[in-house]
Amino acid sequence: MAEEEKDFIFSDICVEENLVYRKPDTLTDTELHYCPGCGHGVAHKILMEVVDELGIQNETIGVAPVGCSVFAYHYLNVDMQEAAHGRACAVATGIKRVQPDKFVFTYQGDGDLAAIGTAETIHAANRGENFLIVFINNGVYGMTSGQMAPTTLPGMVTTTSPFGRDTKIHGYPLKIANLVASLPGVAYVTRQSVHKPVNVRKAKKAFQKAFEYQKRGLGTCLVEIVSNCPSNWRMTPLESNKFVEDKMIPFYPLGDLKVPEGK
Amino acid sequence: MSKKKLMKGNEALAEAMIRAGCDAYFGYPITPQSEVIEYLSREATNRTGMVVLQAESEVAAINMIYGSAACGRRVMTTSSSPGISLMQEGLSYIAAAELPCLVANINRGGPGLGTIQPSQGDYFQATKGGGHGDYHLIVLAPSSVQEMVDYVLLGFELSEKYRCPTMLLTDGAIGQMMEKVELFEQMPRKTEFPDWATTGKPKDSDRRIITSLFIQPEKMEQINLGLQRKYREIEKNEVRYQTIDTDDADYIFTGFGLGARICTKAMELGRAKGYKIGVIRPQTLYPFPYDLYFEHSKKVKGIFDVEMNAGQMVEDVRLAVLGNTRVEFYGRMGGIIPTPDEILENFEKMFLQ
Repeated sequence: MAEEEKDFIFSDICVEENLVYRKPDTLTDTELHYCPGCGHGVAHKILMEVVDELGIQNETIGVAPVGCSVFAYHYLNVDMQEAAHGRACAVATGIKRVQPDKFVFTYQGDGDLAAIGTAETIHAANRGENFLIVFINNGVYGMTSGQMAPTTLPGMVTTTSPFGRDTKIHGYPLKIANLVASLPGVAYVTRQSVHKPVNVRKAKKAFQKAFEYQKRGLGTCLVEIVSNCPSNWRMTPLESNKFVEDKMIPFYPLGDLKVPEGK
Repeated sequence: MSKKKLMKGNEALAEAMIRAGCDAYFGYPITPQSEVIEYLSREATNRTGMVVLQAESEVAAINMIYGSAACGRRVMTTSSSPGISLMQEGLSYIAAAELPCLVANINRGGPGLGTIQPSQGDYFQATKGGGHGDYHLIVLAPSSVQEMVDYVLLGFELSEKYRCPTMLLTDGAIGQMMEKVELFEQMPRKTEFPDWATTGKPKDSDRRIITSLFIQPEKMEQINLGLQRKYREIEKNEVRYQTIDTDDADYIFTGFGLGARICTKAMELGRAKGYKIGVIRPQTLYPFPYDLYFEHSKKVKGIFDVEMNAGQMVEDVRLAVLGNTRVEFYGRMGGIIPTPDEILENFEKMFLQ
């Protein structure tokens, strides 16, 4: 269609009273660096929608990890700290212990949380640190372009398991959410995904609950998002979402692994 | 003026921390400094509400320090050599993110797991950076239990003034020995925090970001240049040292911390034998008193450096004197403390025979 015609339609439709969705102020205007089809964008969005809806933007401190979400602080419009690789839960402990009345979350990938940061994650959860751990599990090291992660599925091809993950050599995928769920200090562990609209809604609900529990001082909350990595899985966004559905979710079943007592 | 108390070095350090209004301590037990966290666990929270937390590792402890320092709190950790090595990653990040904090290294003999006996083998690590990248810690070297107390307060003040992590480099002997100390009065904990601290985004201004990641080389160079400007400022303003009887001295004995203290005794023995000896003791190891050594190098016959290591500070002394005078070194390692007689004997052998 002609340029003038397009402009006419846009200016006609894009008016305040027709708005059905607006990005919340808790997200900055910075363009995301994530690859097309990646789950991070959706996860960022629903997390920050919850922060916006709860009205806690001015009392929330987030911790970004090392990995694809290393630049999360460019997008999340709250006070942020950038942690060393794997140390987000230790950094969050430092933040929460001196500011117990503030809301604190970490946002970490599988390499950060379940490989180099396993000790920090497990011990923070074991102390029942009263913050939210957002765990994005896409079974691969994204930022360093596709190496095997602790959560890589058996048989899955990565740049460091070019013939597929052989459990005899590389061991088995680590279901760290299940480990965390077994600890008494932990309030809430749930596994969600963002590959379909219905799952996005459920994942957002999980974030709402986690902040609610944090407010009530119930202990550690971990929300795992089983996600995709089109670029490093060498798939189209659609194929990668199908892989989430067909391969990832059967291995990492969705649902609550632990809920607070009396809930 | 409070009256003097007999206290162990590590406990005096812990008491000073509480009195300085410290907000949080994160640490991990390691000999010879576990008394610090034990003392704090008994005393601190009840008295001031200070957070005291035993971390799962030194790696976690230093990152907890990062988190709470970035909230503008007055925070401290302590450890000993192998544990301090584990903290180097975190210290590099803290230096880059320009967070104030205080770290005490109750130095024990290395390398490796080494020994639990006192040593000064971590001078290089403490003064030359320690972790990756171009950075410095401000390094204070107490030589008595009293200075363990005084330098806690000084250390907090310097680290906050320059937003620069600061280290007390001391050793297992000073940590473990008991001496009379005069403590300062209890100070209130902070109730107001700096603008850069992540205390929750202000309603009317931008969010705060604490990071050491600057992916653009041009930006990263600017960050480095900023750090270097700060270090030049620290070098200009914060050099601290003690000199004893250097005015008429033909020879200078030098060392830091406990080593300097033993040198002072050796000097007295030497003076009794008629040798004109003075002592220079740097109290700040970074910034190092290069000019002081240079000035003395023009009027003495030699400088005798004694350390409880294989010769580390002596490199800075040699750098300072620019070949003006002879510099010799004597050191013991592995947790052995040299005696004053031994020092004097070696001085005589090296300089007078």
